[in-house]
Amino acid sequence: MADYKLDQSVKYAKSHEWVRIDGKIAVVGISDAAQDMLSDVVYVELPKVGANVKAGQEVAVVESVKAAEDVVAPVSGVVVEVNEDLSATPEIVNESPYEAWFFKIEPTDSVDAELANLMTPEEYDKFVEESGN
Amino acid sequence: MRRTNLYETHLSLGGRMVDFAGWELPVQYPAGPIQEHHAVRQAAGLFDIDHMGQFELTGPDAEAFLQLVQVADSTSIDVFDARYSLLTYGDGTVVDDVFLYRLPERWLIVVNAANRDKDFAWLSAHRNGFDIALTDISDDLYMMALQGPLAETILQPLVTADLSGLAARRAVETSVEGEQALIGRTGYTGEDGFELYLPADRAVAIWNALLERGRDHGLLPCGLAARDSLRFEACMPLYGHEIDAATTPLEARLGWVIHWEHDFIGRTALLKVKLEGSDRRLVGFEMVDRAVPREHYPIAVDGDPIGYVTSGMKAPTLDRFVGMAYVSAAYASIGSEFDIMVRGQPKKAKVVKRPFYRRRT
Repeated sequence: MADYKLDQSVKYAKSHEWVRIDGKIAVVGISDAAQDMLSDVVYVELPKVGANVKAGQEVAVVESVKAAEDVVAPVSGVVVEVNEDLSATPEIVNESPYEAWFFKIEPTDSVDAELANLMTPEEYDKFVEESGN
Repeated sequence: MRRTNLYETHLSLGGRMVDFAGWELPVQYPAGPIQEHHAVRQAAGLFDIDHMGQFELTGPDAEAFLQLVQVADSTSIDVFDARYSLLTYGDGTVVDDVFLYRLPERWLIVVNAANRDKDFAWLSAHRNGFDIALTDISDDLYMMALQGPLAETILQPLVTADLSGLAARRAVETSVEGEQALIGRTGYTGEDGFELYLPADRAVAIWNALLERGRDHGLLPCGLAARDSLRFEACMPLYGHEIDAATTPLEARLGWVIHWEHDFIGRTALLKVKLEGSDRRLVGFEMVDRAVPREHYPIAVDGDPIGYVTSGMKAPTLDRFVGMAYVSAAYASIGSEFDIMVRGQPKKAKVVKRPFYRRRT
């Protein structure tokens, strides 16, 4: 595994999404390690604004030269915004994975419990190293 | 898994190693597959393709044997010509696609890595009655490819032969960095370029010399992903995708490779297909709806299956989502529309002209 960056302001899912709580909104993207494994991203399929999503549900797809991977909602709630920049310039996922967010969720009351199930940057670092990716 | 002599070199260059036909090869280097692709279109790229197999064929009946086992007219291949051809089964389907080189007193048959043992066995099974010697020399001969518009500029200082006089699909025996080698003006990228056949123990030195020479010209080492996207844009078939033991060259639009006036294995079956037509055709298509078409995706019209995708991607040079597919003959004409089933959702696509990319000459 090549070197990858961690963002101290986010929590991580085992499926390599990050989630950053910004006020009352959960912002979701994919990790630097994930974009590195995927290599050049060429296409992103985003959820519909207004969609009700459950934590663990596949709601978006990121496609690279090599593969198509599902992007999972790390928390439950309503999709309130999607990053349209990803349609025209999907390569920003490779260039700045912690800025190239995919979608924003207005979470439900279960958000605290769901966040508690996610990994801290240190835990995620260990998870990636141990999974041998 | 097998490793080429360049394995350590790939690691030190940051190559990401994957399994390809039983070989551990770099799928990409740190520049990434898209930059590597552009390097070959605009400057040059260097590929380790030692996984490819090479057979040497000698003996008084070599030409007659080739007339039987492959579809090109071997009598029309001059010394130092390189010719693309196909080995076909009795039913007309494809054993492999190959390059034939006629050299002084011998032939070189270059085959796909995945088919090396199968091809050798198949050729050997038809040698009865021919005074020939067929030898798998893949382990002694190292194959690498230098491709792109600046390939000649980069390679010339390292070789004695005058490369400017070497035409496409011609070969020359010359010295490369002081070592006797065979160079063909051939490739699998749709660009000008060369394939080098070198003594295996000199591979690392020559690879490094080429990278060093090419650095100021924009040369990049290129992995399997770029090799695939480059051949794909040029609509060159890949065995296991556009051609295999279930497809005929005619369906695959490779009829131009076949010389009908000699009696090769599969000719009778293929003549029948030629006369009666086949019910499916390989086409090139472009997405109308936005989506990435990928291998094995089903194709439908009004929900009824009419074919499947053999290769597809966002083509780096075109910056468009395109693919190749087998579809029912009724949907094979330019402009025909159908749905690519992407994760269960129909995404509209239309048939376009092939190849997607043709270099300006």
